[in-house]
Amino acid sequence: MPESILFYAWSGLAIVTAALVVGQRNPMYSVLLLIASFGALAGLYVQLDAPFVAVAQIIIYAGAIMVLFLFVVMLLNAPQEDHAVWDRTHPLRQPGVARWGILLAVLLVVQLASALLRAVELGQQTKGRGDVDVISSVRTLGHVLFTDYMFAFEATSILILVAMVGAVVLARREGPSL
Amino acid sequence: MDLRFLVQLGIIGLTFFMLINASAVLVLAERKIMGFMQQRYGPYLVGPHGTLQPFADILKLLFKEELRPKGSDKWLFNLAPLLSVVAAFAAFSTVPWGAETTFFGLLDEPVALGVADLNVGVLVIFAITSMGVYGIVLAGWASNSKYSLLGGLRASAQMISYELSYATALAAVILLAGSLSLRDVVDAQQGTWLGFIPHWYVFLQPIGFLIYVIAGVAETNRAPFDFPEAEQELVAGYNTEYSSVRFALFPQAEYINMATMSAVATDLYLGGWHGPFLPPEYGWIWFLAKVGVLLFTYIWVRWTVPRYRYDQLMSFGWKWLFPASVVNLLVTAALVLYFNA
Repeated sequence: MPESILFYAWSGLAIVTAALVVGQRNPMYSVLLLIASFGALAGLYVQLDAPFVAVAQIIIYAGAIMVLFLFVVMLLNAPQEDHAVWDRTHPLRQPGVARWGILLAVLLVVQLASALLRAVELGQQTKGRGDVDVISSVRTLGHVLFTDYMFAFEATSILILVAMVGAVVLARREGPSL
Repeated sequence: MDLRFLVQLGIIGLTFFMLINASAVLVLAERKIMGFMQQRYGPYLVGPHGTLQPFADILKLLFKEELRPKGSDKWLFNLAPLLSVVAAFAAFSTVPWGAETTFFGLLDEPVALGVADLNVGVLVIFAITSMGVYGIVLAGWASNSKYSLLGGLRASAQMISYELSYATALAAVILLAGSLSLRDVVDAQQGTWLGFIPHWYVFLQPIGFLIYVIAGVAETNRAPFDFPEAEQELVAGYNTEYSSVRFALFPQAEYINMATMSAVATDLYLGGWHGPFLPPEYGWIWFLAKVGVLLFTYIWVRWTVPRYRYDQLMSFGWKWLFPASVVNLLVTAALVLYFNA
Protein backbone atom coordinates (compact mmCIF):
# COMPACT_ATOMS: atom_id res chain seq x y z
CA MET A 1 0.00 0.00 0.00
CA PRO A 2 1.74 3.18 -1.14
CA GLU A 3 -0.29 5.33 1.25
CA SER A 4 0.95 3.59 4.37
CA ILE A 5 4.51 3.58 3.01
CA LEU A 6 4.25 7.36 2.59
CA PHE A 7 2.76 7.67 6.06
CA TYR A 8 5.65 5.77 7.65
CA ALA A 9 8.15 7.73 5.60
CA TRP A 10 6.74 11.11 6.70
CA SER A 11 6.30 10.14 10.33
CA GLY A 12 9.73 8.49 10.44
CA LEU A 13 11.29 11.63 9.00
CA ALA A 14 9.38 13.84 11.46
CA ILE A 15 10.46 11.76 14.47
CA VAL A 16 14.10 11.34 13.44
CA THR A 17 14.59 15.01 12.61
CA ALA A 18 12.81 16.09 15.81
CA ALA A 19 15.10 13.82 17.84
CA LEU A 20 18.14 15.21 16.04
CA VAL A 21 17.03 18.78 16.84
CA VAL A 22 17.71 17.98 20.50
CA GLY A 23 20.69 15.72 19.89
CA GLN A 24 22.50 18.25 17.74
CA ARG A 25 25.32 20.41 19.16
CA ASN A 26 25.23 23.06 16.43
CA PRO A 27 22.18 25.33 16.92
CA MET A 28 22.18 26.21 13.21
CA TYR A 29 21.66 22.56 12.28
CA SER A 30 19.01 22.26 15.00
CA VAL A 31 16.98 25.04 13.38
CA LEU A 32 17.27 23.44 9.94
CA LEU A 33 16.29 20.01 11.26
CA LEU A 34 13.28 21.57 12.93
CA ILE A 35 12.26 23.01 9.56
CA ALA A 36 12.62 19.54 8.03
CA SER A 37 10.46 18.16 10.82
CA PHE A 38 7.76 20.76 10.08
CA GLY A 39 7.95 19.83 6.42
CA ALA A 40 7.38 16.17 7.25
CA LEU A 41 4.38 17.13 9.40
CA ALA A 42 2.99 19.10 6.44
CA GLY A 43 3.33 15.93 4.38
CA LEU A 44 1.25 14.07 6.97
CA TYR A 45 -1.43 16.78 6.79
CA VAL A 46 -1.59 16.40 3.02
CA GLN A 47 -2.14 12.68 3.51
CA LEU A 48 -4.97 13.50 5.92
CA ASP A 49 -6.68 15.41 3.09
CA ALA A 50 -6.05 18.75 4.79
CA PRO A 51 -3.96 20.65 2.22
CA PHE A 52 -4.88 24.01 3.74
CA VAL A 53 -3.48 23.02 7.13
CA ALA A 54 -0.36 21.66 5.43
CA VAL A 55 0.25 24.88 3.52
CA ALA A 56 -0.49 27.00 6.59
CA GLN A 57 2.04 24.89 8.51
CA ILE A 58 4.71 25.63 5.91
CA ILE A 59 3.88 29.34 5.56
CA ILE A 60 3.63 30.13 9.26
CA TYR A 61 6.14 27.78 10.90
CA ALA A 62 8.71 26.96 8.24
CA GLY A 63 8.39 30.22 6.29
CA ALA A 64 8.01 32.88 8.96
CA ILE A 65 8.76 31.71 12.50
CA MET A 66 11.82 29.66 11.60
CA VAL A 67 13.26 32.53 9.56
CA LEU A 68 13.13 34.60 12.75
CA PHE A 69 14.74 31.73 14.67
CA LEU A 70 17.49 31.54 12.08
CA PHE A 71 17.96 35.31 12.32
CA VAL A 72 18.47 35.07 16.09
CA VAL A 73 20.78 32.03 15.90
CA MET A 74 22.90 33.73 13.25
CA LEU A 75 23.27 36.78 15.48
CA LEU A 76 24.18 34.62 18.47
CA ASN A 77 27.31 33.52 16.63
CA ALA A 78 27.43 30.24 18.56
CA PRO A 79 28.48 27.41 16.26
CA GLN A 80 29.05 25.12 19.24
CA GLU A 81 26.95 24.61 22.30
CA ASP A 82 28.83 24.79 25.62
CA HIS A 83 29.33 21.47 27.32
CA ALA A 84 27.69 21.35 30.70
CA VAL A 85 29.87 20.33 33.61
CA TRP A 86 28.23 17.30 35.23
CA ASP A 87 29.40 17.33 38.81
CA ARG A 88 27.60 17.05 42.14
CA THR A 89 27.18 20.83 42.41
CA HIS A 90 25.33 21.17 39.08
CA PRO A 91 21.90 22.71 39.75
CA LEU A 92 20.10 19.96 37.85
CA ARG A 93 21.69 17.34 40.13
CA GLN A 94 20.14 18.70 43.32
CA PRO A 95 17.72 16.18 44.90
CA GLY A 96 14.70 18.51 44.88
CA VAL A 97 15.08 19.39 41.20
CA ALA A 98 15.54 15.75 40.24
CA ARG A 99 12.42 14.65 42.09
CA TRP A 100 10.21 17.35 40.56
CA GLY A 101 11.70 16.65 37.18
CA ILE A 102 10.83 12.97 37.41
CA LEU A 103 7.29 13.84 38.51
CA LEU A 104 6.80 16.21 35.57
CA ALA A 105 8.23 13.67 33.14
CA VAL A 106 5.84 10.98 34.39
CA LEU A 107 2.94 13.44 34.11
CA LEU A 108 3.89 14.25 30.54
CA VAL A 109 4.09 10.57 29.57
CA VAL A 110 0.66 9.88 31.15
CA GLN A 111 -0.89 12.84 29.37
CA LEU A 112 0.62 11.84 26.03
CA ALA A 113 -0.53 8.24 26.44
CA SER A 114 -4.08 9.26 27.34
CA ALA A 115 -4.23 11.73 24.42
CA LEU A 116 -3.04 9.05 22.03
CA LEU A 117 -5.58 6.53 23.34
CA ARG A 118 -8.36 9.09 23.00
CA ALA A 119 -7.26 9.86 19.48
CA VAL A 120 -7.55 6.16 18.56
CA GLU A 121 -11.04 6.08 20.11
CA LEU A 122 -12.13 9.25 18.27
CA GLY A 123 -10.71 7.90 15.04
CA GLN A 124 -12.84 4.77 15.34
CA GLN A 125 -15.94 6.82 16.14
CA THR A 126 -15.59 9.12 13.16
CA LYS A 127 -14.56 6.35 10.76
CA GLY A 128 -16.93 6.17 7.81
CA ARG A 129 -18.70 9.39 8.66
CA GLY A 130 -19.29 11.59 5.65
CA ASP A 131 -18.57 14.96 7.23
CA VAL A 132 -15.04 14.10 8.28
CA ASP A 133 -13.54 15.30 5.02
CA VAL A 134 -14.95 18.81 5.46
CA ILE A 135 -11.61 20.03 6.80
CA SER A 136 -10.27 19.86 3.26
CA SER A 137 -12.41 22.83 2.25
CA VAL A 138 -11.11 26.26 3.25
CA ARG A 139 -14.65 27.65 3.19
CA THR A 140 -15.94 25.12 5.72
CA LEU A 141 -12.86 25.51 7.84
CA GLY A 142 -13.41 29.26 8.05
CA HIS A 143 -17.09 28.78 8.77
CA VAL A 144 -16.42 26.36 11.64
CA LEU A 145 -13.72 28.64 13.01
CA PHE A 146 -16.03 31.66 13.15
CA THR A 147 -19.12 29.84 14.51
CA ASP A 148 -18.40 26.75 16.63
CA TYR A 149 -14.93 27.79 17.79
CA MET A 150 -15.59 31.53 17.90
CA PHE A 151 -14.64 31.90 21.56
CA ALA A 152 -11.39 29.96 21.27
CA PHE A 153 -10.50 31.90 18.14
CA GLU A 154 -11.10 35.32 19.68
CA ALA A 155 -9.43 34.37 22.96
CA THR A 156 -6.34 33.28 21.04
CA SER A 157 -6.21 36.53 19.10
CA ILE A 158 -6.46 38.57 22.30
CA LEU A 159 -3.69 36.45 23.81
CA ILE A 160 -1.48 37.13 20.80
CA LEU A 161 -2.32 40.85 20.95
CA VAL A 162 -1.30 40.93 24.62
CA ALA A 163 1.98 39.19 23.79
CA MET A 164 2.59 41.67 20.99
CA VAL A 165 1.94 44.70 23.22
CA GLY A 166 4.22 43.14 25.84
CA ALA A 167 7.00 42.73 23.28
CA VAL A 168 6.64 46.33 22.17
CA VAL A 169 6.74 47.57 25.77
CA LEU A 170 9.85 45.48 26.52
CA ALA A 171 11.65 46.54 23.37
CA ARG A 172 10.80 50.23 23.66
CA ARG A 173 13.65 52.49 24.60
CA GLU A 174 13.06 55.18 27.17
CA GLY A 175 14.02 58.71 26.30
CA PRO A 176 13.64 60.78 23.12
CA SER A 177 12.74 58.79 20.07
CA LEU A 178 15.15 58.57 17.15
CA MET B 1 0.61 4.55 -21.61
CA ASP B 2 -2.24 6.71 -22.73
CA LEU B 3 -1.94 9.87 -24.72
CA ARG B 4 -3.34 12.18 -22.07
CA PHE B 5 -0.65 11.22 -19.56
CA LEU B 6 2.05 11.82 -22.16
CA VAL B 7 0.60 15.21 -23.05
CA GLN B 8 0.54 16.21 -19.41
CA LEU B 9 4.16 15.11 -18.99
CA GLY B 10 4.94 17.18 -22.06
CA ILE B 11 3.30 20.25 -20.54
CA ILE B 12 5.35 19.83 -17.37
CA GLY B 13 8.52 19.49 -19.42
CA LEU B 14 7.61 22.54 -21.48
CA THR B 15 6.99 24.64 -18.36
CA PHE B 16 10.39 23.62 -16.98
CA PHE B 17 12.07 24.34 -20.32
CA MET B 18 10.46 27.78 -20.54
CA LEU B 19 11.60 28.64 -17.01
CA ILE B 20 15.20 27.63 -17.69
CA ASN B 21 15.21 29.68 -20.86
CA ALA B 22 13.46 32.57 -19.16
CA SER B 23 16.55 33.11 -17.04
CA ALA B 24 18.82 33.11 -20.11
CA VAL B 25 16.56 35.50 -22.00
CA LEU B 26 16.27 37.74 -18.95
CA VAL B 27 20.04 37.95 -18.49
CA LEU B 28 20.37 39.14 -22.07
CA ALA B 29 17.32 41.43 -21.87
CA GLU B 30 18.62 43.00 -18.69
CA ARG B 31 22.03 43.77 -20.16
CA LYS B 32 20.59 45.02 -23.45
CA ILE B 33 18.00 47.26 -21.77
CA MET B 34 20.58 48.51 -19.29
CA GLY B 35 22.85 49.31 -22.23
CA PHE B 36 20.06 51.17 -24.00
CA MET B 37 19.29 53.19 -20.89
CA GLN B 38 22.95 54.09 -20.45
CA GLN B 39 23.41 54.95 -24.14
CA ARG B 40 25.63 52.05 -25.12
CA TYR B 41 25.14 48.76 -26.94
CA GLY B 42 25.49 46.19 -24.18
CA PRO B 43 26.90 42.75 -25.10
CA TYR B 44 27.55 42.75 -28.83
CA LEU B 45 30.32 40.28 -29.69
CA VAL B 46 28.90 36.77 -29.17
CA GLY B 47 26.41 35.90 -31.90
CA PRO B 48 24.37 38.40 -33.89
CA HIS B 49 23.92 41.54 -31.78
CA GLY B 50 25.27 39.63 -28.78
CA THR B 51 22.24 37.33 -28.55
CA LEU B 52 24.34 34.29 -27.61
CA GLN B 53 25.94 36.06 -24.64
CA PRO B 54 24.04 34.05 -21.96
CA PHE B 55 25.46 30.80 -23.37
CA ALA B 56 28.95 32.24 -23.32
CA ASP B 57 28.37 33.34 -19.72
CA ILE B 58 27.20 29.94 -18.54
CA LEU B 59 30.07 28.14 -20.35
CA LYS B 60 32.57 30.46 -18.71
CA LEU B 61 31.07 29.85 -15.27
CA LEU B 62 31.00 26.07 -15.82
CA PHE B 63 34.73 25.95 -16.47
CA LYS B 64 35.72 28.16 -13.57
CA GLU B 65 37.41 26.75 -10.51
CA GLU B 66 35.16 26.14 -7.57
CA LEU B 67 36.35 27.65 -4.30
CA ARG B 68 35.13 27.25 -0.77
CA PRO B 69 36.46 29.55 1.96
CA LYS B 70 38.29 28.13 4.97
CA GLY B 71 36.08 27.76 8.03
CA SER B 72 32.90 27.70 5.98
CA ASP B 73 30.28 25.06 6.65
CA LYS B 74 30.76 22.48 3.91
CA TRP B 75 27.25 21.03 3.89
CA LEU B 76 25.29 24.22 4.11
CA PHE B 77 27.61 26.03 1.71
CA ASN B 78 26.86 23.41 -0.95
CA LEU B 79 23.18 23.10 -0.07
CA ALA B 80 22.28 26.81 -0.13
CA PRO B 81 22.35 27.51 -3.89
CA LEU B 82 20.46 24.28 -4.57
CA LEU B 83 17.75 25.31 -2.11
CA SER B 84 17.36 28.66 -3.87
CA VAL B 85 16.99 27.11 -7.31
CA VAL B 86 14.73 24.24 -6.24
CA ALA B 87 12.38 26.65 -4.46
CA ALA B 88 12.35 28.94 -7.51
CA PHE B 89 11.38 26.13 -9.88
CA ALA B 90 8.91 24.50 -7.48
CA ALA B 91 7.05 27.76 -6.91
CA PHE B 92 5.94 27.77 -10.54
CA SER B 93 4.27 24.36 -10.17
CA THR B 94 0.80 25.71 -9.41
CA VAL B 95 0.89 28.67 -11.81
CA PRO B 96 -1.46 28.09 -14.76
CA TRP B 97 -0.36 29.76 -18.00
CA GLY B 98 -3.06 28.95 -20.53
CA ALA B 99 -6.70 28.00 -20.99
CA GLU B 100 -7.82 24.38 -21.25
CA THR B 101 -7.08 23.06 -24.69
CA THR B 102 -7.53 19.85 -26.68
CA PHE B 103 -4.53 20.63 -28.89
CA PHE B 104 -6.71 21.06 -32.00
CA GLY B 105 -8.77 17.96 -31.36
CA LEU B 106 -5.84 15.68 -30.55
CA LEU B 107 -7.35 14.81 -27.16
CA ASP B 108 -10.93 13.86 -26.36
CA GLU B 109 -11.00 15.84 -23.13
CA PRO B 110 -9.24 19.20 -22.75
CA VAL B 111 -6.13 19.49 -20.56
CA ALA B 112 -5.08 22.61 -18.70
CA LEU B 113 -1.85 24.41 -19.55
CA GLY B 114 0.10 24.43 -16.29
CA VAL B 115 1.81 21.87 -14.09
CA ALA B 116 -0.82 21.36 -11.40
CA ASP B 117 -4.05 22.96 -10.27
CA LEU B 118 -4.65 22.71 -6.53
CA ASN B 119 -7.56 24.15 -4.62
CA VAL B 120 -5.03 25.98 -2.43
CA GLY B 121 -2.77 26.95 -5.35
CA VAL B 122 -2.16 30.56 -4.33
CA LEU B 123 -1.05 29.50 -0.87
CA VAL B 124 1.28 26.83 -2.24
CA ILE B 125 3.10 29.43 -4.33
CA PHE B 126 3.32 31.66 -1.29
CA ALA B 127 4.62 28.80 0.90
CA ILE B 128 7.32 27.78 -1.56
CA THR B 129 8.54 31.30 -2.28
CA SER B 130 8.79 31.88 1.45
CA MET B 131 11.09 28.83 1.65
CA GLY B 132 13.36 30.32 -1.01
CA VAL B 133 14.84 32.78 1.48
CA TYR B 134 16.62 29.92 3.27
CA GLY B 135 18.94 29.56 0.30
CA ILE B 136 20.11 33.15 0.67
CA VAL B 137 20.24 33.14 4.48
CA LEU B 138 22.17 29.87 4.62
CA ALA B 139 24.55 31.02 1.90
CA GLY B 140 25.24 34.10 3.98
CA TRP B 141 25.86 32.15 7.16
CA ALA B 142 27.76 29.18 5.75
CA SER B 143 30.30 31.34 3.87
CA ASN B 144 32.02 32.39 7.12
CA SER B 145 32.41 35.93 5.83
CA LYS B 146 31.23 39.21 7.31
CA TYR B 147 29.75 40.56 4.09
CA SER B 148 27.90 37.35 3.36
CA LEU B 149 26.52 37.17 6.88
CA LEU B 150 25.25 40.75 6.68
CA GLY B 151 23.61 39.95 3.35
CA GLY B 152 21.92 36.89 4.81
CA LEU B 153 20.67 38.81 7.84
CA ARG B 154 19.27 41.54 5.63
CA ALA B 155 17.55 38.96 3.44
CA SER B 156 15.77 37.32 6.37
CA ALA B 157 14.59 40.63 7.87
CA GLN B 158 13.50 41.99 4.49
CA MET B 159 11.57 38.84 3.55
CA ILE B 160 9.58 38.77 6.76
CA SER B 161 8.72 42.46 6.45
CA TYR B 162 7.51 42.32 2.86
CA GLU B 163 5.90 38.89 2.91
CA LEU B 164 3.16 40.26 5.18
CA SER B 165 2.13 43.05 2.79
CA TYR B 166 2.43 40.63 -0.12
CA ALA B 167 0.12 38.06 1.47
CA THR B 168 -2.39 40.69 2.56
CA ALA B 169 -2.54 42.09 -0.98
CA LEU B 170 -3.11 38.53 -2.27
CA ALA B 171 -5.91 37.97 0.24
CA ALA B 172 -7.92 40.88 -1.19
CA VAL B 173 -7.90 39.28 -4.66
CA ILE B 174 -8.85 35.91 -3.19
CA LEU B 175 -11.82 37.60 -1.51
CA LEU B 176 -12.96 39.04 -4.85
CA ALA B 177 -12.61 35.75 -6.71
CA GLY B 178 -13.89 33.57 -3.87
CA SER B 179 -11.37 30.83 -4.60
CA LEU B 180 -7.79 29.91 -3.73
CA SER B 181 -7.21 28.18 -7.05
CA LEU B 182 -5.36 30.39 -9.52
CA ARG B 183 -7.30 28.95 -12.45
CA ASP B 184 -10.59 30.00 -10.82
CA VAL B 185 -9.19 33.48 -10.14
CA VAL B 186 -8.23 33.85 -13.81
CA ASP B 187 -11.60 32.58 -15.03
CA ALA B 188 -13.38 35.05 -12.72
CA GLN B 189 -11.74 37.84 -14.76
CA GLN B 190 -13.42 36.95 -18.06
CA GLY B 191 -15.48 39.50 -19.94
CA THR B 192 -15.54 43.30 -19.99
CA TRP B 193 -17.27 46.31 -18.45
CA LEU B 194 -19.12 48.57 -20.90
CA GLY B 195 -17.77 46.41 -23.71
CA PHE B 196 -14.21 47.70 -23.71
CA ILE B 197 -12.69 47.74 -20.20
CA PRO B 198 -11.46 44.20 -19.52
CA HIS B 199 -12.79 42.63 -16.34
CA TRP B 200 -9.34 42.54 -14.70
CA TYR B 201 -8.75 42.79 -10.99
CA VAL B 202 -6.13 45.47 -11.49
CA PHE B 203 -9.00 47.91 -12.05
CA LEU B 204 -10.78 46.78 -8.88
CA GLN B 205 -7.59 46.53 -6.86
CA PRO B 206 -5.26 49.29 -8.08
CA ILE B 207 -3.71 49.78 -4.63
CA GLY B 208 -3.46 46.05 -4.09
CA PHE B 209 -1.66 45.67 -7.43
CA LEU B 210 0.79 48.41 -6.53
CA ILE B 211 1.47 46.79 -3.14
CA TYR B 212 1.89 43.40 -4.81
CA VAL B 213 4.42 44.77 -7.30
CA ILE B 214 6.44 46.65 -4.67
CA ALA B 215 6.48 43.70 -2.28
CA GLY B 216 7.30 41.40 -5.22
CA VAL B 217 10.37 43.48 -6.10
CA ALA B 218 11.47 43.32 -2.45
CA GLU B 219 10.82 39.56 -2.29
CA THR B 220 12.96 38.86 -5.34
CA ASN B 221 15.74 41.11 -3.98
CA ARG B 222 15.77 43.33 -7.02
CA ALA B 223 16.87 46.97 -7.05
CA PRO B 224 15.76 49.33 -5.49
CA PHE B 225 15.41 46.70 -2.74
CA ASP B 226 18.52 44.59 -3.47
CA PHE B 227 19.94 44.93 0.04
CA PRO B 228 21.09 41.32 0.49
CA GLU B 229 23.69 41.89 -2.24
CA ALA B 230 24.08 45.70 -2.30
CA GLU B 231 27.44 45.73 -4.10
CA GLN B 232 28.52 49.19 -2.94
CA GLU B 233 28.10 48.24 0.72
CA LEU B 234 28.59 44.47 0.98
CA VAL B 235 30.91 43.56 -1.96
CA ALA B 236 28.32 41.13 -3.34
CA GLY B 237 26.40 40.30 -0.17
CA TYR B 238 25.31 36.72 0.42
CA ASN B 239 27.03 35.33 -2.70
CA THR B 240 30.42 37.03 -2.17
CA GLU B 241 32.26 33.75 -1.51
CA TYR B 242 30.63 31.71 -4.26
CA SER B 243 32.22 30.86 -7.58
CA SER B 244 31.64 28.75 -10.66
CA VAL B 245 28.32 26.89 -11.07
CA ARG B 246 27.17 27.49 -7.51
CA PHE B 247 27.52 31.21 -8.09
CA ALA B 248 25.52 30.94 -11.31
CA LEU B 249 22.63 29.29 -9.48
CA PHE B 250 21.81 32.39 -7.41
CA PRO B 251 21.07 34.77 -10.32
CA GLN B 252 19.30 31.88 -12.03
CA ALA B 253 17.00 31.55 -9.02
CA GLU B 254 16.51 35.33 -8.98
CA TYR B 255 15.45 35.47 -12.61
CA ILE B 256 13.10 32.49 -12.24
CA ASN B 257 11.58 34.15 -9.17
CA MET B 258 11.04 37.29 -11.24
CA ALA B 259 9.27 35.22 -13.89
CA THR B 260 7.11 33.53 -11.22
CA MET B 261 6.21 36.85 -9.61
CA SER B 262 5.22 38.31 -12.98
CA ALA B 263 3.23 35.20 -13.94
CA VAL B 264 1.34 35.22 -10.64
CA ALA B 265 0.66 38.95 -11.01
CA THR B 266 -0.67 38.28 -14.52
CA ASP B 267 -2.95 35.53 -13.23
CA LEU B 268 -4.20 37.51 -10.24
CA TYR B 269 -4.51 41.05 -11.56
CA LEU B 270 -4.16 41.15 -15.34
CA GLY B 271 -6.69 38.53 -16.39
CA GLY B 272 -4.19 35.74 -17.14
CA TRP B 273 -4.72 34.41 -20.66
CA HIS B 274 -7.93 36.35 -21.30
CA GLY B 275 -7.71 39.11 -23.86
CA PRO B 276 -9.33 40.42 -27.02
CA PHE B 277 -8.67 39.37 -30.66
CA LEU B 278 -7.29 35.89 -29.91
CA PRO B 279 -9.37 32.70 -29.54
CA PRO B 280 -9.03 31.06 -26.10
CA GLU B 281 -6.73 28.32 -27.45
CA TYR B 282 -4.14 30.98 -28.17
CA GLY B 283 -4.62 32.69 -24.80
CA TRP B 284 -1.08 31.70 -23.78
CA ILE B 285 0.18 34.34 -26.22
CA TRP B 286 -1.62 36.99 -24.18
CA PHE B 287 -0.24 35.45 -21.04
CA LEU B 288 3.35 35.55 -22.30
CA ALA B 289 2.89 39.12 -23.56
CA LYS B 290 1.60 40.34 -20.20
CA VAL B 291 4.42 38.56 -18.33
CA GLY B 292 6.87 40.12 -20.77
CA VAL B 293 5.57 43.62 -20.04
CA LEU B 294 5.86 43.04 -16.29
CA LEU B 295 9.39 41.67 -16.63
CA PHE B 296 10.39 44.67 -18.72
CA THR B 297 9.03 46.91 -15.95
CA TYR B 298 11.15 44.99 -13.42
CA ILE B 299 14.30 45.69 -15.43
CA TRP B 300 13.23 49.27 -16.19
CA VAL B 301 12.75 50.00 -12.48
CA ARG B 302 16.11 48.46 -11.61
CA TRP B 303 18.03 50.78 -13.90
CA THR B 304 16.07 53.95 -13.10
CA VAL B 305 15.42 53.94 -9.36
CA PRO B 306 18.40 54.16 -6.99
CA ARG B 307 18.63 51.87 -3.96
CA TYR B 308 17.04 53.02 -0.71
CA ARG B 309 18.76 53.05 2.64
CA TYR B 310 18.19 49.95 4.74
CA ASP B 311 16.27 51.77 7.49
CA GLN B 312 14.11 53.41 4.82
CA LEU B 313 13.29 49.94 3.47
CA MET B 314 12.23 48.72 6.90
CA SER B 315 10.19 51.78 7.86
CA PHE B 316 8.54 51.87 4.42
CA GLY B 317 7.59 48.18 4.68
CA TRP B 318 6.17 48.36 8.18
CA LYS B 319 4.82 51.90 8.43
CA TRP B 320 3.39 52.44 4.94
CA LEU B 321 3.09 49.29 2.88
CA PHE B 322 1.67 46.99 5.54
CA PRO B 323 -0.97 49.43 6.91
CA ALA B 324 -1.97 50.29 3.34
CA SER B 325 -2.44 46.61 2.50
CA VAL B 326 -4.47 45.99 5.66
CA VAL B 327 -6.77 48.95 4.90
CA ASN B 328 -7.06 47.70 1.32
CA LEU B 329 -8.06 44.25 2.58
CA LEU B 330 -10.62 45.65 5.04
CA VAL B 331 -12.24 47.91 2.44
CA THR B 332 -12.34 45.05 -0.07
CA ALA B 333 -13.89 42.71 2.49
CA ALA B 334 -16.56 45.29 3.37
CA LEU B 335 -17.39 45.91 -0.29
CA VAL B 336 -17.54 42.19 -1.13
CA LEU B 337 -19.85 41.66 1.83
CA TYR B 338 -22.04 44.61 0.78
CA PHE B 339 -22.40 43.58 -2.87
CA ASN B 340 -22.80 39.86 -2.21
CA ALA B 341 -25.45 40.33 0.50
